[in-house]
Amino acid sequence: MKQLIENLGAAIVLVVERLGFAIRLLLDSIYWLFLGRKFKQKLRFSQVAEQVRVIGFDALPIVMALAFVVGVMLSIQLLYAFSDFGAESQVLLAIAKSVTREFSPLIIGIIVAGRSGAALAAKIGSQVVSQEIDALRVMGVVPVRYLVLPPLLGLIISMPILILVADAMAILGGAVFSIESLDMSLIAYLKESFDILEVNDINQGLIKSVVFGIIIALVGATTGFNVTGGAEGVGRATTSAVVASIAAIVVADMIFSYFLTKTV
Amino acid sequence: MKEHLIKVDELVTHYGDRKILDGVNLAVEEGEIRVIMGGSGSGKSTLLWHIMGLYQATSGSINVLGKDLNKIKFHEKHELLRKIGVSFQNGALFSSMTVGENVAFPLTEHTELDENTIRIISRMKLEVVNLGGFQKLMPSQLSGGMIKRAALARAIVMDPKLLFFDEPSAGLDPVVASEIDELILNLRDAMGMTIVVVTHELDSAFKIADKITVLDQGKNLLTGTVEEVKNSDIKRVQDLLERRARHDTIEPEEYLKRLTQENYTIS
Amino acid sequence: MEEIKFKKIDDGCIVYATGEIDLSNSHELRKTILAALKTDSKVEVDLSEVSYIDSSGIASLVEGLQFAKSHSKSFVLSNPSKQVTAIMELARLDKVFTII
Repeated sequence: MKQLIENLGAAIVLVVERLGFAIRLLLDSIYWLFLGRKFKQKLRFSQVAEQVRVIGFDALPIVMALAFVVGVMLSIQLLYAFSDFGAESQVLLAIAKSVTREFSPLIIGIIVAGRSGAALAAKIGSQVVSQEIDALRVMGVVPVRYLVLPPLLGLIISMPILILVADAMAILGGAVFSIESLDMSLIAYLKESFDILEVNDINQGLIKSVVFGIIIALVGATTGFNVTGGAEGVGRATTSAVVASIAAIVVADMIFSYFLTKTV
Repeated sequence: MKEHLIKVDELVTHYGDRKILDGVNLAVEEGEIRVIMGGSGSGKSTLLWHIMGLYQATSGSINVLGKDLNKIKFHEKHELLRKIGVSFQNGALFSSMTVGENVAFPLTEHTELDENTIRIISRMKLEVVNLGGFQKLMPSQLSGGMIKRAALARAIVMDPKLLFFDEPSAGLDPVVASEIDELILNLRDAMGMTIVVVTHELDSAFKIADKITVLDQGKNLLTGTVEEVKNSDIKRVQDLLERRARHDTIEPEEYLKRLTQENYTIS
Repeated sequence: MEEIKFKKIDDGCIVYATGEIDLSNSHELRKTILAALKTDSKVEVDLSEVSYIDSSGIASLVEGLQFAKSHSKSFVLSNPSKQVTAIMELARLDKVFTII
């Protein structure tokens, strides 16, 4: 029992420590974003563009495919559930709203955490292990500005774009499966979906996606910088970066859903 | 008397609770090649890290290129670091970049030079370290000696006034090691660099050093010319020169504790 | 570097570089050399008054040589000081330049 409490205590200390580290990273990033130029630590646009390409553009195929499948899956489940009430016509509304507000941010968050969050943790982690971070520091290059800021901005830019693509693909997926049951044309279905959607619905997804992007960058970088124990440590950090960022995303999702959704 | 580019006074540092440096003094003159020697755990690498201002000392002062590291502002430190070149023991080349990009990195980060100029400078430095034409290779494709030389090229690409070299010849065969020694001497002679080399290789130290500082268990043991070190009658220095194992007197109580006590940490 | 002077000679010009040539002014030397090479077919850079030259300065000279070679013009260095010679030799550039 004593051991258990000790472990729990140590775990809490670690989490608080890491949380502090992540917040520090965020503040530093903001600092260097605005003041970097003044102190000859300027952010290179090409670095951010490269990150947008890797994080956003390269993820498009998988994001499109999975969003489409999620749309199909939702329509299967919703058609089945709503048929009990004879409310199949509401499927269109349910899909449009749930996809934009909930499913695409969550799915994209998980995909990007798995792709880019893991990559970031692995990259920074291996650079810690091989002293590349120290090399940066002795060259007078601030590691946060060079290693964290570009992917952070890359994620903040890429996530909303991915969300919009995912929204469209998921609604299309839902449409393809439900038009037959609903006896609608594809065009009519899509048109009605977009009519139903309010700015608020889209915004909720976009706001969440930006928050998730920040979470992925900070968790990835934090675990990366705290790697200990050589190559094995890098592997462990990569795994824990993915798990931790997905957990953080789910919690953040819940909080944002609660505050951003006005219940009547 | 020449100016002191590095002046360390009574430096005391800790790693966690463990004392690493215990009142170290060091004064390096302009244009000097200073070798810092000592066995593993003597604190010689730690001293280097502190002179670069990367760790916070417990007490004592460090003055580098006229700047007091205790009082230096955050941004001044980055300015200072640009005038210092560092070659790491393991090279610490960026594994995601080619050798050429590695060497050019400080220039692309810190200068507004034309791309063509940067390319010429970085290739020139590769020529200096005898790696001409290797700029397209990745660090993982290089041998140990080549990595050290590429790291040296990166360290001198900004023409630093001060060059730190951590274990230049560790793990290299004698021929390559002596090539690097030669290179260090040439750099000083041609560019007037002040060079601080941390090593435990005696041959190399005797070949390149103007003065040698011997550290032992976090303390200055001796600072002197090669001759003075060779002729020193300090027992630990002789041990080091003779490559004798450390003959600490064993305190039975303490020793037993080390072997048996569950939570023993070195104090 | 205080200033860069020119002198026209019969079939070309001499560029006089002076003082310290480093990151802060090597681009001026580069511009001057390239401009001179565009107008004249024979350019000599006099280095006798150069007290210090860093890698970016040497690189400017290399660029001059590169330009001269590709436009079949003549580019020579003259009277390098000991420090300049030492730096050239370090990168084995003394074998590449024509030094008089």
